[in-house]
Amino acid sequence: MRIVYLCLLLYLGLGASLLAQRPSFPENGVVDQREGCYLFTNAHIQTGPKQLLKNAQLLIKEGKIVAVGQDLKRPKGAVEIDLAGKYIYPSFIELSSNYGLSANPKKDNNQGRPQFLSDKKGPFSWNEAIRPEQRADQLFSPDKKAAKALRQAGFGLCLSQQKDGIARGSSALVFLGEESAQEMILKGEAAAHYSFSKGSSSQDYPSSLMGAIALLRQTYYDADFYQKQEAGLEYNRSLARFNELQALPQFFEAKQRFNILRAHKIAQEFGKEYIFVGAGDEYRRLEALQAAKAKLVVPLNFPAAYDVSDPLDANFIKLGQLLHWELAPANPAALAEAGLAFSLTTEGLKKPTAIWASLRKAYAAGLSEEDLLAALTTQPASFLGLSEQLGTLEEGKWANFFISSAPILMENSQLLQHWVKGKVYSEANLQADDIRGTYSLNLEQKSYQISIEGKAFKPTAKLTFADSSQKPIKLKLDYHYPSLSLSGKFTADSTAPIIRITAQWKEGSIIGYAEDEKGNWLNVKGQRQAAFVPKKAAELPKRDSSLNWASKLRYPFTAFGHTAEQAPKQEVVLFKGATVWTNEKKGILENTDVLVENGKIKKIGKNIKLPKGAKLVDAQGKHLTTGIIDEHSHIAIQNGVNEGTQASSAEVRIGDVLNSDDVNIYRQLAGGVTTAQLLHGSANPIGGQAALIKFRWGLLPEELKYENAAPFIKFALGENVKQSNWGDRQNKRFPQTRMGVEQVYEDYFSRAQAYGEALKKDPENTRRDIELDALLEILNKERFISCHSYVQSEITMLMRVAERYNFRINTFTHILEGYKVADKMREHGAGGSTFSDWWAYKAEVRDAIPYNAKILDAMDVVTAINSDDAEMGRRLNQEAAKSVKYGQMSEEEAWKMVTLNPAKLLRCDDQLGSIKKGKSADLVLWSNNPLSIYAKAEQTYVDGICYYSLERDQRLRAELKAERQRLIQKMLGAKSAGEPTQPAMPTEDKHYHCGDVQLNALGGWKVD
Amino acid sequence: MKKWSLLVLLFWAITASVWAQKTDHYLLKNVRIHTGQGDIIEEGAIAVKAGKIVDIGPAKELAQKNYKEQIDGQGQWVYPALIAANTQLGLVEVEAVRATLDFREVGYFNPNIRSVVAYNTDSEILPTILSNGILYSQVVPEGGRISGQSSVLRLSAFNWEDAAVELDEGTHLWWPKRFQFTGWWAAPGPTKLNEKYRPTIAGLQLYLAEAAAYCQQEAPEKKNIKMESMRGLFSGEKRLYVHVDEAKAMLEAHQLLSPYGVKLVFVGAAEAWRIADFLAEQKIPVILSNLHALPRLEHDDVDQPYKTPAILHKKGVKFALSMQGSWNQRNLAFQAGQAVAYGLPKEVALAAITSNVAEILGLSEQIGSLEKGKAASFILSKGDLLDMRSSQIMAAYLDGKLLDLDKDKQKQLYKKYMDKYELEMPASKN
Repeated sequence: MRIVYLCLLLYLGLGASLLAQRPSFPENGVVDQREGCYLFTNAHIQTGPKQLLKNAQLLIKEGKIVAVGQDLKRPKGAVEIDLAGKYIYPSFIELSSNYGLSANPKKDNNQGRPQFLSDKKGPFSWNEAIRPEQRADQLFSPDKKAAKALRQAGFGLCLSQQKDGIARGSSALVFLGEESAQEMILKGEAAAHYSFSKGSSSQDYPSSLMGAIALLRQTYYDADFYQKQEAGLEYNRSLARFNELQALPQFFEAKQRFNILRAHKIAQEFGKEYIFVGAGDEYRRLEALQAAKAKLVVPLNFPAAYDVSDPLDANFIKLGQLLHWELAPANPAALAEAGLAFSLTTEGLKKPTAIWASLRKAYAAGLSEEDLLAALTTQPASFLGLSEQLGTLEEGKWANFFISSAPILMENSQLLQHWVKGKVYSEANLQADDIRGTYSLNLEQKSYQISIEGKAFKPTAKLTFADSSQKPIKLKLDYHYPSLSLSGKFTADSTAPIIRITAQWKEGSIIGYAEDEKGNWLNVKGQRQAAFVPKKAAELPKRDSSLNWASKLRYPFTAFGHTAEQAPKQEVVLFKGATVWTNEKKGILENTDVLVENGKIKKIGKNIKLPKGAKLVDAQGKHLTTGIIDEHSHIAIQNGVNEGTQASSAEVRIGDVLNSDDVNIYRQLAGGVTTAQLLHGSANPIGGQAALIKFRWGLLPEELKYENAAPFIKFALGENVKQSNWGDRQNKRFPQTRMGVEQVYEDYFSRAQAYGEALKKDPENTRRDIELDALLEILNKERFISCHSYVQSEITMLMRVAERYNFRINTFTHILEGYKVADKMREHGAGGSTFSDWWAYKAEVRDAIPYNAKILDAMDVVTAINSDDAEMGRRLNQEAAKSVKYGQMSEEEAWKMVTLNPAKLLRCDDQLGSIKKGKSADLVLWSNNPLSIYAKAEQTYVDGICYYSLERDQRLRAELKAERQRLIQKMLGAKSAGEPTQPAMPTEDKHYHCGDVQLNALGGWKVD
Repeated sequence: MKKWSLLVLLFWAITASVWAQKTDHYLLKNVRIHTGQGDIIEEGAIAVKAGKIVDIGPAKELAQKNYKEQIDGQGQWVYPALIAANTQLGLVEVEAVRATLDFREVGYFNPNIRSVVAYNTDSEILPTILSNGILYSQVVPEGGRISGQSSVLRLSAFNWEDAAVELDEGTHLWWPKRFQFTGWWAAPGPTKLNEKYRPTIAGLQLYLAEAAAYCQQEAPEKKNIKMESMRGLFSGEKRLYVHVDEAKAMLEAHQLLSPYGVKLVFVGAAEAWRIADFLAEQKIPVILSNLHALPRLEHDDVDQPYKTPAILHKKGVKFALSMQGSWNQRNLAFQAGQAVAYGLPKEVALAAITSNVAEILGLSEQIGSLEKGKAASFILSKGDLLDMRSSQIMAAYLDGKLLDLDKDKQKQLYKKYMDKYELEMPASKN
């Protein structure tokens, strides 16, 4: 435990430059250039994740490793440092940090007025969120405090990026020493960074996640075109830089669930490979990440237990939150088990040193030591393409390592020194001896027993008594090699004065002086009687063998999700004796059987024989219908339903932002709904592209999409698009009147026409425009419009615009004044999808009547009833029935308005919308006539798979209750074991309607 | 086709006249009577005089010959006029047009605000609500912590004074929220505890204490019109309607407000089912607001709001069904129907929009059920009123007088465009 050759310099830190690292700089004074040659001996060296060299040596010089091995000789000129029994680890590498950079200031929010273009000075992107010109190396300056905190957490290198914007520019790889920026930057441009967050941009666009996705996609196309275009057309530094950065490793911050998959889709489109910075919940969807061969950087910010002691408050916590508390520590182990390449980051931790406790938790949850070390060293080095230089302790690599008192996963281990680029930063004095033990201490004549214990490098002291029933008394001990000071009351009498001791420690003896309360100097002599014996031997954290994380996963990871085992399966099903609403010529068939096989309807008839192994459903007295189709829904959408910041947002796609975890999917199934068109909102005349999904509860966003869907886009007219109800400051964006709305369409369609011609003529030299692509598809009759509309004037206007451009409006949605122009709609060929009885919520719906659907239908306009609302969506059968009440529509025709007619409007009636041989087995078994308010959906099938039934629901409820209670009990246990907790509070769930408009991030939002 | 529509018009006129009473003393017979108090009288009859029910029962038990004028109900189902509690009817014409809104006043403690004076009896919305059998409404002011006083009003009247059934019958208090949600619409942020929750309640308690003390003086030296408006609240004459949803907040509201001697009614009360035993024991009535809602929590049963009434009924809580808002009130009967689908007995569901409402609003002597001595306000439906599949309202009587349900603008537009397209008008008027 002694140090052979080592000057005090090591403890204080080096005063002068170790090496001449800034040769271009003038020197003030005499050059003091040293080699920094050190030999570390008798250490246990973790050279890499797999290899631990016991009692080995490490030789470094000029910031690099010269040799590592078990029989190195000390070369002349090397300082030898004896590390007897201590451990050396390669420094960790942090990949997600803004170390040494200060955040861009948040700009003025324009007082709630719109900002269409960037106001950044210089020839940069039109959009402030596209800032590839941002270079971390030019903004970087070392931050001593932050560097120290990261070093204490084991990190010696950090990839620093300005975390601002969607294209964030380049990051610098920097050493976490405290020298100048010139010396600390290892690689000025080490990687390029992206995200879906617009950061400090004060511009309106993009206001939604789907807008961010579209902006990034368009930027890829623009950068590509910029490279190809002849000089002189446009000088754009952002696009030029965007191209320059493509050769670097590409990091994508995808901190929100499903964002990894979204970014991966973009990567595939443009032939890129991202390294994703994840959210720590990747364990939930490993298969998808495996399929994407995702490379990951994941956090270790495992949540604290919720304080669930109050049952009413505990009830606010969602199942996913409860489960995540239990399973988050298993995330790294799960990634390792799945064979995914990943590294770990301190991001999200309260302070970097919290990583030690997290690493132990991750280990306890099943992560191997080897994988853990790789994730902190070799894996990040490999992500950066710098495995030759970093990540292990091998000859020729950078001398970046730390010395630990024990293996790092042991509870008692202490990081003692961190060597960065061959320079030491000490946390503790290696020369200090382990002074712990029991002592007899003499103050002149009086003799005392002292026990020094605690951590080797931060010991504590107490006075003990021979009589073990007497309580020990705490003393204050400060040990700074080679001196120690000790003070306290040397008797149990609480009124006794305090005695102070100053002494030296040497080889087990304490020699010094004490001063008592009267100012008398007393001789102090002490001798160690016995060495310190720890209460329990140091050991690795215990593996939690009961965790078994894979069995606890739910699909989706919410209430009413199922475990992998319980996943509903496709079966052969025979419904026996039902009243079958075929929606076909045969009408409603009494006492009829329907056979389902391979997800399709196989047979309809009487007395169908039960095939072997098939499931029999006794449907006597019940009604069997095809599943309800909602033409207009906004459920299962993440982070914004409107990109209403521009008059047209044809480039955005709802399909990019599906949220398959939305419990409303399950709730819709319970209402007999099997398919819904998820529409963009109605904030602008040309909205975004729609997604047609089937409610395959438990599957991933992409898997919800209906395979044979026809492409649709949302348009909108009237008050929302002219911004009537957005507040008085929103009077800048064109259009502000219905007059302007027409011109938006004229303008965009004529541009799309010209774009189409240009593409035909010279595709190579035509800028790819994803907005015009969508509009061109409309002109080519490859994409169809569902247009939010209310009053007759604008409905007629849009039909005439379409006619001028030789296409037809497919669907008018809402269309509350459709009854006034039903003849024109029929002539034009448009369908209508309306509310049953909504009105009076704004000026343009004053003439809405509940007889609208009836009149449209009577005029042979294909008519549907839609919801636009997560709650009403699950009662669409009742909404259809209102047409029986208002206008006495026949029950059969009324029923078609929520099934066959929306299927027709969505151009998917070849497969959906009726019970016919060969069609999709999307079926609902009702307890009663489905138009009755007393009807309940008893079983709901999508593709012949029973995703919902009353029986299954009861089972899920019971399991949900049991699982919640198990987790609550476990949390209570954690709380009483002294673990920190967080308060139990509700989370807000946003339900979107089509009029939801975001004015700007600070200006609030409104709903119509 | 033109001929046809003339014929239809004629038919309409005839059907309307079928129900018209000529005098104020008549007998409606050949009807199936749902009294609103749990009973059904098959082949019943109702005797009306001067706007009141003077006799009711099985037709054969009534002295029919006493009535000169007799109206044949043709087997229709008769229900008490529905009462919509907790509405903004007559205060809101077009939700998004500020000039048409008269339901929310500025200020924090506004007990003196009276909704009735802003009530527009010629609102275009009212006839559409009447058409669905709702003849009375409790019109509630909003805004601030104490928003003012509601009145119970007729939906058919010439002015607010003759619309009034009961003026200023209760005061409305909006319980503070325990939590605050941060972030914005596209990106919800973390939840925070509302640090003003406790101070707000303390302020409320102090205000009520001062008001109670003030009201003990018959003629205070310094008159305070806000405090004056709370007379009746502390003697139990008027009700204190507390708008609150969360279970814990209801428990706290009860404990903290009871000492002032106020008669509590919880409005909204989405989580009443969690504390149903408590509400039953304390005899606190509840006005549920909008059954057609999503479950509040992700893990709540999928059908939770729908089955809440059945739970309250089982536990013996006095409750009514309501929907906050204006134009949507026409769906009130379907709130009751929805509750029936999820376990509430049909006649109890009817009571929840008729007699229970009257009882909770303190009007059970006058309206809410078909009984001797009560207002002759009832509706005739061709079938089950609670199910849109069968609900066909043929006629409505308010205080014994037949209402003209064709004043409904929507029906007029319907007819106008049916005529334009030369489509055949169906026989029934709904």
